[in-house]
Amino acid sequence: MDLLSVKDLHAQIDGKNILNGIDLSVKKGEVHAIMGPNGSGKSTLSNVIMGHPKFVVTKGSISFEGKDVLELSPDKRSRLGLFLSFQYPFEVQGLGFSKFLFSAYKARFPNKKISVLDFQKLLKSKAEALHMTPEFTKRELNVGFSGGEKKRAEILQLMMLEPKLAILDETDSGLDIDSLKLVAESVNRLRGPDFSAIVITHYKRILNYLKPDVVHVLSEGRIVASGDMSLADELEANGYKTVLQKSAMGRGAEK
Amino acid sequence: MAKDLSKERQLASLDYSRYDFKTGTESYEVILNKGLSERTVKEISAIKNEPQWMLEYRLKALKAFEAKPMPQWGADLNGIKFNDIVYYMRASEANREKWEDVPEYIKNTFDRLGLPDAEKKFLGGVGAQYDSEIVYHSIRKDLEKLGVLFLSMDQGLLEYPEIVKAHFGKTIPYSDNKFAALNSAVWSGGSFVFVPKGVKVEIPLQAYFRINAENMGQFERTLIVAEPESQIHYVEGCTAPKYSSQALHSAVVEVVAKDSAHVRYTTIQNWSNNIYNLVTKRAVAHKNATVEWVDGNLGSKVTMKYPAVFLLGEGSKAEILSVALAAKGQHQDAGAKVVHLASNTTSRITSKSISKDGGRASYRGLVRVAKGMKNVKSNVVCDALLLDDYSRSDTYPTIEINEPTATIAHEAKVGKIGEDQIFYLTSRGLTETEALTLIVLGFIQPFTKSLPMEYAVELNRLIEMEMEGTIG
Ligand SMILES: Nc1ncnc2c1ncn2[C@@H]1O[C@H](COP(=O)(O)OP(=O)(O)OP(=O)(O)O)[C@@H](O)[C@H]1O
Ligand SMILES: [Mg+2]
Repeated sequence: MDLLSVKDLHAQIDGKNILNGIDLSVKKGEVHAIMGPNGSGKSTLSNVIMGHPKFVVTKGSISFEGKDVLELSPDKRSRLGLFLSFQYPFEVQGLGFSKFLFSAYKARFPNKKISVLDFQKLLKSKAEALHMTPEFTKRELNVGFSGGEKKRAEILQLMMLEPKLAILDETDSGLDIDSLKLVAESVNRLRGPDFSAIVITHYKRILNYLKPDVVHVLSEGRIVASGDMSLADELEANGYKTVLQKSAMGRGAEK
Repeated sequence: MAKDLSKERQLASLDYSRYDFKTGTESYEVILNKGLSERTVKEISAIKNEPQWMLEYRLKALKAFEAKPMPQWGADLNGIKFNDIVYYMRASEANREKWEDVPEYIKNTFDRLGLPDAEKKFLGGVGAQYDSEIVYHSIRKDLEKLGVLFLSMDQGLLEYPEIVKAHFGKTIPYSDNKFAALNSAVWSGGSFVFVPKGVKVEIPLQAYFRINAENMGQFERTLIVAEPESQIHYVEGCTAPKYSSQALHSAVVEVVAKDSAHVRYTTIQNWSNNIYNLVTKRAVAHKNATVEWVDGNLGSKVTMKYPAVFLLGEGSKAEILSVALAAKGQHQDAGAKVVHLASNTTSRITSKSISKDGGRASYRGLVRVAKGMKNVKSNVVCDALLLDDYSRSDTYPTIEINEPTATIAHEAKVGKIGEDQIFYLTSRGLTETEALTLIVLGFIQPFTKSLPMEYAVELNRLIEMEMEGTIG
């Protein structure tokens, strides 16, 4: 059974169609990459999977572990084990990072009885793996974080909340070379039968570390090509032009 | 909302001894008829056995009260019926409310805050005679050794008439405004604090320690005198809602900070939502003195309160930090006032307000720099947060600068919690209510962090409870 199954998904915002029939299946343990030009709908797809209320799903379905999630609020989806690492994480003034994460942790694992102290220990150990200092977790959520720090903070949240499926929306953008490696290694350590990921990126570098099982190309709200790492190689070498042309020809032939 | 165990534990371990009051045997039987007249004022003064000058002061104040028109700006005060008010009740009478009459929502709040029964009764206005002398005693011993006076205003007047006479009504004359005049005519209770020269009181002085009905009265009157180089942090009020059947509460607080003294005055008020809470608070700061007002307003029907600092001496500083939460049917008209009357003075005003469920929060502020005062700096930040489309927030800042060397910064923001911000937090498993609550708590965090720990915990808990009612 697919862990995540997206079928013929159409979504719009303010009456404008952004997703125009997405089909995507992710099995347990798989890592999928999604590449695609700016504005093609990658973040929109992430947001719709996570349940952002500002997008309206007009057609299609999303199921997670066989369960239809379209009617579920984002917090319920999170508690099922979905996670989104944001392309642009939001700042919350006055809200301590660790206080926030503690609340999130308890929401995600209502049955785990963890003391503040044990939580702090756990957080510290995970933060260290990302070379983040304990001072960092005492700061206000994303406030004044540099671009790269925000991305690392997203991954730290991911590591604490142990999702079954993580969507990384351009987590690699803004990370320096060493941080990118650290982040990729941290994600790789999570890999196993109980962890799947959708990695949205513009660059092959992160994929070299993560070795995705499938690479998709998204264009104008559709997945227009899927393949293995060689697809990413081709994009890196020639840009989107040839891949998009081929897919357009392919669709032309279908008609 | 998911149970926040750590917080509950923290709350449970709070030292409730500060609320201790035991039932006494004495009972007073003094209650005046409704309405206000010269006779009422004379009776109050006679009951208190006051010096003649205070009676005369009260009578002058009564005249001023009668002569002054109702303020036509600010909140709607038409609901106040001066003739329906009882202007004086002796302790036991003030608490003769029936527990059954305390509104259900207030009882629920008490339960959920986990307050002990005795305290519930007190806050619900039904406590019998009580007395916190035991708790207060040891603290008073320490204070006495330092020469610090900490008494009810009534007692202060009887025991230290010279100090009181020298300062009473000097910072806020009875003629200041209609409600200051009213308070000056019928005041009862409140605190009198005197800190001798050079004495630094390290622990916050909490009005709780000597909590009694007079102290928490309708027309309380507080005077704090900090002699040169002294330091004091006075804390009054409490975060749990306080019920009273008397609809008008009008307090006056006067603070005198002499040369290089440091006074911080923290208040949190959470009146039940039938109350008009009209408070006049003003401090004078002499040379190099610092005065800080920390003022939190929840509850009530209408609050009008603009803590003021008059910077009289060179190098003096004012800091005013306030938070107002306006919920359904409430109007919080709060703000700050700083008058720079000397050179090299600085002030900082930070005002945060939250409006929800149709509530209205207004910031009303004044910064004035007198002519010829050099190098004055003032910084005003007003942040308003609207939780829905039918709540309201207004800002009425007045800045009067008659001096080119002054540096004044004013920043006002009205924000709504963005859908994206809520989505971010809910995507981490928090419910929408929890997400909103965390954002609101974050918003007032600059205020909360300046409170003594137990107040901060209680305030956060209370806001969480307020927020739980916001959605769904
Ligand atoms: N709130 C909105 N209102 C109108 N259009 C929107 C809104 N949000 C997104 N869009 C549009 O939807 C399209 C897809 O945006 P999306 O953010 O999903 O692209 P993306 O593939 O993630 O791009 P990038 O690679 O630049 O991150 C864009 O044309 C964008 O302008
Ligand atoms: Mg994007």
